[in-house]
This record gives sequence, C-alpha cells and structure tokens, in this order.
Amino acid sequence: MASLTDLTIVQLGAALAKKEASAVEVADAHLAKLDEHRALNAFITETPEKARAMAAASDARRAKGEAGLLEGIPLAIKDLFCTEGVQTTAASHILEGFVPQYESTVTTNLWKSGAVMVGKTNLDEFAMGSSNMTSHFGGVENPWKRKGDNRKLVPGGSSGGSAAAVAAYMVPGSTGTDTGGSIRQPASFCGIVGLKPTYGRCSRWGVVAFASSLDQPGPFARTVEDTALLLQAMSGHDPKDSTSAPLPVPDFAAAARNPDIKGLKVGIPKQYRVDGTSPEIAALWDKGMEMLKAAGAVPVEVSLPHTKYALPAYYIVAPAECSSNLARYDGVRYGLRVPGKDLADMYESTRGAGFGKEVRRRIMIGTYVLSAGYYDAYYKKAQQIRALIARDFRQAFEKCDVLLTPTAPTAAFAAGDKMDDPVTMYLNDMFTIPASMAGLPGISVPAGLDKDGLPLGLQLIGRAFDEETMLRAAAALEKAAAFSGRATGY
Amino acid sequence: MALDKDTVARIARLARLKVPDEDLAPLAGELSGIFAWIEQLNEVDTRDVEPLSSVSDVTLPMRADKVTDGGMAAKVLANAPGGAVYIDSSDKNAGGFFTVPKVVE
Repeated sequence: MASLTDLTIVQLGAALAKKEASAVEVADAHLAKLDEHRALNAFITETPEKARAMAAASDARRAKGEAGLLEGIPLAIKDLFCTEGVQTTAASHILEGFVPQYESTVTTNLWKSGAVMVGKTNLDEFAMGSSNMTSHFGGVENPWKRKGDNRKLVPGGSSGGSAAAVAAYMVPGSTGTDTGGSIRQPASFCGIVGLKPTYGRCSRWGVVAFASSLDQPGPFARTVEDTALLLQAMSGHDPKDSTSAPLPVPDFAAAARNPDIKGLKVGIPKQYRVDGTSPEIAALWDKGMEMLKAAGAVPVEVSLPHTKYALPAYYIVAPAECSSNLARYDGVRYGLRVPGKDLADMYESTRGAGFGKEVRRRIMIGTYVLSAGYYDAYYKKAQQIRALIARDFRQAFEKCDVLLTPTAPTAAFAAGDKMDDPVTMYLNDMFTIPASMAGLPGISVPAGLDKDGLPLGLQLIGRAFDEETMLRAAAALEKAAAFSGRATGY
Repeated sequence: MALDKDTVARIARLARLKVPDEDLAPLAGELSGIFAWIEQLNEVDTRDVEPLSSVSDVTLPMRADKVTDGGMAAKVLANAPGGAVYIDSSDKNAGGFFTVPKVVE
C-alpha cells in the first residue's frame, strides 16, 4: 500500500473502512509530516495531542459501527475558525493568546463527521492579503519552486497555510475562507483544488469576521471529489448565522463523481481577457475550453461588462465592512491590551500596536469611505456597482450553465514581490473578486504547469446554490487535464 | 482624490488607531494612490441603480424573543485582557465584569 500521507480523502476513507490502518496511525503519519515540513511555516498552532485523542475516539466510533462521512480523516483548519480550547489568532498580534470558549459551526460539523484536527494554519492577518506576507507569524512558504531556482515563493493568500499544508501532503484536506479569492487563488498557486461555496452555503458563525457580506468558508483538497466531500460535511443551515441559507445539503460528492458534461453550456467571459495576464495562462484557458468541449460541453461567449470595476468596488465594500467588524478589538474583552493614559489612549495604543500595516490601511480606507460626506460618493456607489456586477452574472447565466476563467493572472510569485504598491497586490484577485461580489460559487482546479514548472489553476463559476453543476464541470476538467504535478524541493 | 496628512490623522483618530507622526505622510501617499485607482468607478453611470448590500435573497428569519443561552459568565470573561472581577468567586457564572482603566474621576 502507498504511504498513508499520499492517499486522498476517499482512499484514506477506504483504507480505514477496510481496517488497513487505524485513525490513530493515519493521524500519526500526518503529524510526522507536520514535523518534517515545519520550515514551510504553514501552521500557527499544531495540535498533536488533540489529534491523537480525536483519532482514538474516531477508532472507537468505527469499532461501534458509527463511522461518519469523514471518519478518521486528518484536517488542517485555517486559524480564522474559532476552535474551543485551542488558540485562534487570525494571524494577528491583537488576538495572540486568544482561546475561544466555543467552536465554529463549520468545524463542529467537520468533527461531527468524524474528522480529526491536526492544527491551525497560517494566513494573511485577518485574511487580508494575497500572499500570506501580512501574517504576524511570518509568511508561509509555497512547497513549489521554479525549476532551477531556489527562491522561496508565496503560497497565495489569504488561506496560504491551508493550501501549502495540502500541497505538501501534510494533510489530505483543509478549510479556508474566501472573501475575494482567498481560497481559489492559493489553490491555484499551490496546484490543488479550492472551492468557495455560494454565499450562505456554509455558516460564518465562529469565523473571525473580515467582510461579512462576502466572507464564506470553503474546503481545499487534492481532488475535486475530496473537495466535494469536505464541502458536504461543512455545509448546512445554521440558525446562528442569519445569512445561512435554509436549504438541504445536496450530495456534492455524487456530483463530483459524475463528470458527464454532454451539452453543458460553458460561458467564456470576454472581459476576462485583460492585459497583465500571463500569455501562458491565456493559452491554458483556451486549452481548458478545448478539453471541456472534447468532453461534450458547448462553449458560449458571454459578456460581463462591469468586470473591471469589481476590484475597485471591492476595495470600498470590503474595507468598509472590515472597519466595522474590527472595531470590536479594543483591548477590553479579549486579545491584546496596551495600557494608555486614559481609555481612549488605551484603545488607540492597543489597536495601533495590535494590527499590522495592511490591516491598519484597510481599516482607514473603510473608516474614510463610511465617514460623513463620503458615504454616497464611495460606499453607495460601490454597492450600486455591485448590483450591476450581480446583474451581469444573472444575464450571463441565461446563456450558459457555468463560466470558465483563469483563477489568477500569474503563477506564484517570489516572497517579497509586489509589496511596494498595495494596488499591484490587489490585482491578484481580479478574476476571483467578481464572483465574490455576486455571492456565486467558484472552484479552482489545477490544469497545467507553466514554463517554470509552477502550477496554474482554472476557475469555474456556478449559479448561486448550484455547486453540483460546477462540481461536475470541475470533475470533467480534472479528468481531462490529468494534472499530476507535485511540489518538490521543500 | 489626494489625502493630506491632516486628513489621515483625522481618519486614524476616527478609527482609534495610534499612527506615529512620521507614518502619516507615507500613509497619505498610499491611501491617495488607492483612492486614485478607485476613482475609475465614476466612469460607470449608476443613476437609478438600487445599491446591493447583501447577495442573500433570503428574508432575515424571525424567531421567538426568548433567551436561548446564557449562564456562562466565566466563559465570556475567560479571555479578558485586564483580568475579570466576579460577583461571587465561588460561582463565576453568577456574573462578573471586564476591567478597564479608570474613566470617571
């Protein structure tokens, strides 16, 4: 049998069911990989004791014949999900040492399915970033390197630790959150699958909030079917999140096992052909369409005229919501406190010292656009643009069933690049943000390698609450692309 | 729109962020750059467009106005950075307080 850490979630599930390995053995094998690859800095907190205890409990459940959907599967959890009794930092100094007294709904659902937590993964501070370089605990290293070039590359962001952990075979799956591309872009950079569900599919309760009208938890794994299995376990209506959709959870894994896309109309949005996209990515996008066509899909050109305005509108909406959400970090109830000469000075000193540069920048943008006299010019305008973006997608989906686009305009870049000008960094999310603004589901599937040997992903965008069609198309793309690349040199 | 140092200082104060004086000018430059890039939104005619504040079509659900949990003061106060004060040290869930610097003389 192959090494336990080489197996997918589906394969691990089969091995556990056949008693070829125990959950404790599976956990130990993966914990050894966390040890081996600690230099990647993918984890902020490792939880080996908890993992072994959860695995032992899983073995006991299985012995009683009570195996859940993810029974005994080790997972890494983005350090933005509150985990009871385990430090949760959002990669920020201001939350360092914070130990939640409750468990997020998504992780509760995963543990109910039998999954085992091995640790909490690194991210951009408060999920604000596209490179993982804004983490208070240092950046994550992408397990992939360019051929013949030993420079460290970023794993993307913000869920970079979760993506790197899966790409480095430290875990078969992990959780992320996606506000403007924070699952899909790192999945593309790390050569794995990452899925942002429809807004409302997964509960946000217990997830540290960044931009509440955009934030959505979702899974990472190495195959489409594994990703679908994780989504199935994570999803479901939650009365504790008023925006959680009161809908039943479909059999996502079954959709992912059915790559039949004969007659499926795949939209190609012409506005996604923009300057600044690597020619290799443009070529891969064409090839992706050819592959889907060969599998029976019908290409349809569609127009999303407000695409170029999604990014600047996002940089009003997201910071505005962030400035409101992050007002709670005041040094009174949890997290860091820096003493001051009076209460106001304590607030200002705590927040000045506790938040990193990018977070402070976004809080200030948000505060400004919401301040008296500027609200209509910025915030209302951005929400109107958001309405137009959502309308574009609705009209496109009258002509097609899914959209195919690149995930990111480039492959992974070197650590420290694109740091001089914030806007250059923001452009990384140009292909992922429009779907976020419209609340639509998106998935990044690894589809090829560039000339430097780095993975490139393609994105499929689905209709709201139609992850199943998107997963079918993703499975077809995965099958046709037969991506077999694996990170080396880490 | 270009922001000057004073405006940045005012925003920092509104946001309750201590920003050292020497950081104000570079921040003004960065924020001005971001707002100049955002200005392109003015190319779009948004007259009569209803602003979209949430993508969920779902009407916010109603529930009975009843207490659904509580009696966990010890958990609520567990992470208090200034320490907590309990009404009854033998029963922490009976209630307690966060501590802050003196506000009223």
